[in-house]
This record gives sequence, C-alpha cells and structure tokens, in this order.
Amino acid sequence: MELHEHLFRREAGRMVATLTRIFGVEHLALAEDVVQDAFCRALEVWKFRGVPEHPSAWLMATAKHRALDVLRRERTARTFAPELGRLLESEETLAPVVEELFAAHAIKDDQLRMMFSCCHPRLPEAAQVALMLHVLCGFSVDEIASAFVSTHAAVEKRLSRAKQTLASSERLFEIAEAADFAARLPTVHRALYLLFNEGYHGASAEAAVRVELCQEALRLAALLFAHPLGSTPATYALAAMMCLHAARLPARLDASGNLSALADQDRSRWDPELVAEGQRLLDLSATGPELTEYHVEAAIAAVHASAPRVEDTNWAQIVSLYDRLMTIRASPVVALNRAIAVAQHEGPGRGLEEIAAIADRDRLAAYPFYYAALGELELRRGKGETAREHFRAALALARNAMERRFLEQRMDACLRGAFA
Amino acid sequence: MSAFVYLYRSEDAAFRAAMGSPEQMQKSMQKWMAWMKQLGEQGHIKDQGHPLERAGRVVKGKRAITDGPYAESKDVIGGYTLIEAKDLAQAVELSLGCPILEGGGVVEVRPVLKTDM
Repeated sequence: MELHEHLFRREAGRMVATLTRIFGVEHLALAEDVVQDAFCRALEVWKFRGVPEHPSAWLMATAKHRALDVLRRERTARTFAPELGRLLESEETLAPVVEELFAAHAIKDDQLRMMFSCCHPRLPEAAQVALMLHVLCGFSVDEIASAFVSTHAAVEKRLSRAKQTLASSERLFEIAEAADFAARLPTVHRALYLLFNEGYHGASAEAAVRVELCQEALRLAALLFAHPLGSTPATYALAAMMCLHAARLPARLDASGNLSALADQDRSRWDPELVAEGQRLLDLSATGPELTEYHVEAAIAAVHASAPRVEDTNWAQIVSLYDRLMTIRASPVVALNRAIAVAQHEGPGRGLEEIAAIADRDRLAAYPFYYAALGELELRRGKGETAREHFRAALALARNAMERRFLEQRMDACLRGAFA
Repeated sequence: MSAFVYLYRSEDAAFRAAMGSPEQMQKSMQKWMAWMKQLGEQGHIKDQGHPLERAGRVVKGKRAITDGPYAESKDVIGGYTLIEAKDLAQAVELSLGCPILEGGGVVEVRPVLKTDM
C-alpha cells in the first residue's frame, strides 16, 4: 500500500478541525495533542504491520477513540464544545454523538468552520494565512517559515497570537448562518488568494514547497465550492484563477531548473487537465451581477491559456481586462502588469510610458520584477546598456538563487544585445 | 545463519521530539518501512516482531508493582524484531540502516542464545 505523499499533513488538518469542533475552540492545543498521538500510534503500528488498507480511515478512527478517552476522563474537569453542550456529558449520548461528528460530511463541514474561524477579522491577513496553513494543512512552524522565507521565531509568535485570538472567539464560526457566511466569505477568498500567490509568486526558492502551497490553496477552495453557501460565482472565479495559473507551474522552470518567463515557457508543458478544470470553473463563475477581481484575473489567465504560442496571445483583450482590474482593485503591481501587456500590444516604448505613468510607482521600489520589466522593455527597444542597469537593480532585490540566476542571464542577454 | 533480536530503544521525550511535524512523521515512517522491506527481501527477517506500548507495569514483587517503565528508565523499548544474520557483525551492519538512529534512538543487537550446543 503506497501512501499519498502528504497524507499525514492532510489528515492532520482534517483531524484537528473535527477534534476542535468536539473539544471547543479554546482546546485547540488538546486537539493537536490528540492528533500527534494518533500519528505516533500509526508510526508504531504501521512500521511493523505495514500501512492499512484505508490509512485515512485508520487515522480518523484512532483519533476518534482517543477523543472518547479524553472526553470520558476530563469532561468533569473541563467544559468542552459549548455548542454540543450536554450531549457529551452523558455516557448514553457520548459515543453516538462522537460517531456522528466523525462522519465524512461532518469532517468536511468542520474544515470549513475552521477555515472561516482562521479568517477572524481581528487577525491580519498574513496571520490568517499562516493559521490556515498550520491548523488546516498540517504545516509545522518550520515548514511555514521556510515557505514564507521567515524565521522560526517570527512564525511561532505570529501563530501563537493568532491561536489566542482564535481561542478567545469562544466558538468556531457557525457556517449554517447564511448571512454570517456571506459576510465572512470575502475575507476567506482573500486569504486563499494570498495562500495561492505565496506559492505562485512567493519568495521560497524551493519549487516543490511552492507547488505544495498552490495545491493546498486549491484543495481548500474546492472544499469551499463544494458547500452550498460557498459555491458563489466569486468562489468559482477564485478556483478557476488558481487552476489556470497552477496549470503553468510545470513550465515555470526550464529543463535546467531555471525560471522561465511566461513568454518563453514551453506551453506543451502546461497541464491540460488543470486548464480544462479552470475553464469549467470559469464558466460556472459567469453568473450573477458581481464581477470580482478573481473573475478578471481568471479571465486574463484564460486568455493566456487559450494561446498555443505567445504570438497568438490576444493582448488587446488582456489590456482591457487589466483596465477592468484597475477599477476593481488598483495597485502598482496590477498597473505594472497592465503596462507589460500594453508593451506586448503596442511596443516597448508605449509600455515604458505606461510604467512611467503608474501612480504610487515608488511602492514598486522593492519589487525585483519592476526593474526586471524596465530592463526587458529597454532591451527590446535596443538599449542594452540601460537595460543592464535595470537588471542589476533587480538582481540586488532578488529573493532567492533561482531569481538571481534568471536575472544574471538577462544581464548577459543585454551584453549580447549591445554587441550584436 | 544465527538469530538476533533488535530491541528498539529511545527516550520518550526524544521519541516525541523526533516525531516533529506530520510531514516529518510520514517521512520517518516511510523510511522505517523501506528499511524493513529491504531486510525482508534480503531474507533477514525471521519475525517482524511487535511494537510495544511505551508504558505498562514494572513488577518487582507482590508489593512492588509500579507504573513504568518510564519512572525507572529513560530508555524505553518501543518494539523488537527477530533477525537472521550470518554473525553478530552482519547483524550490526544491517541495523545501521535503522531510522531510529537518526532520531537519537538506539538499536540493541542481541544474539539469541543458542540452546542446541
């Protein structure tokens, strides 16, 4: 029996969500201990006896038994989930109630409850994302620190504060309340979007780590649209955007493991299944009056995905979509991407004009791809010397070895361009 | 061929710490299984053995039965395997691949006493 590559991590998220529902949100640490116990037991037994036929079910059953032990032993000393109240107090109802709470559909709902609880409005966005990764995706402090290129201490501090906020909310978010659900949903979308982007554009040099973040974001988005209240056009659009971008991940690194710009990517390596799934979700998103940033970003990704070669790209359409995005969520980075699309459509000179016209351009000063874009456009209009200076500025801001290699190669290209 | 027992010993706290994150635990388990599988394929496993609960009772006499072994010993036996090897040197050599060593644990390699001579 082969194990799914990240089975333990995934199951950790599922088990913690359900156990926290049972124990109550202030007993998150207890839930984490029970999960740890279940894994220890799996480790002890499986290494001698092999992996059971249904490893997930085995782990869940183990967690369930441990939960029953804990409830029986400690229910007089502690108050567990207030919303379950007395059901856990009597021996007659305890076992059937816990059994019901471990049913597959209940576990799905628990993950949603936890997802919404992690997006507590009092938490900064970065803390929401870290908390989701930790509690729902089973990432350890060190794994989050490495994914976000942060330190163990910084992540630990962020997580422990976030957990305090979570615990102080007294109960998990109630997903059955349609109005509350709808009110919190945009925050959840945003956190999933940031989680995905951390994988897609993030600073980690580990391609594998980044793919994992994207996969986790996609998995959580899928949980969201599987729920009747979660399957809104914006959720579908967000999931479509994730699929269409994730489809390109295999082509982002070339054969020698170097970063490859969108224009240079071998498009035959884009994942056709993810493109198709992205298209399907994008179609599902096209209902109702609301046009979110996710709709527009997904539409831009879909235009790229529909071009077999970079020359076939409908740049005019992409520029107009960026115009739309600027009216929904204007930012210097969106404006920069728009300028790059303008350059593709109307030439590098026009692109540079658009960049010069970006409001808040100083906010791009720490963004390596701002200078890289300037360099690329200068190079394209034959100014190798100026281009090289921009790439040098970008290089100084590069966040990892992969970006550095990419920018060094662009600098070399400037030299070749200048002497050609 | 002679018979040997591998006793897997580790300190409880170290055992927990070595577990780490779910991802690390899964990797650790997969290493164990790969190691066991390899030993089995090479015909060295006589009995895969059993994992042991890390605590039970320590009995020293009718009036001296205590919880344990954690009260007396930091070093807890977590399981055992019955191995077949040419000699002690080979049994030791084979044990070097055991993942418990990476987490600060110990494999005690003990020849089974030969009773037929």
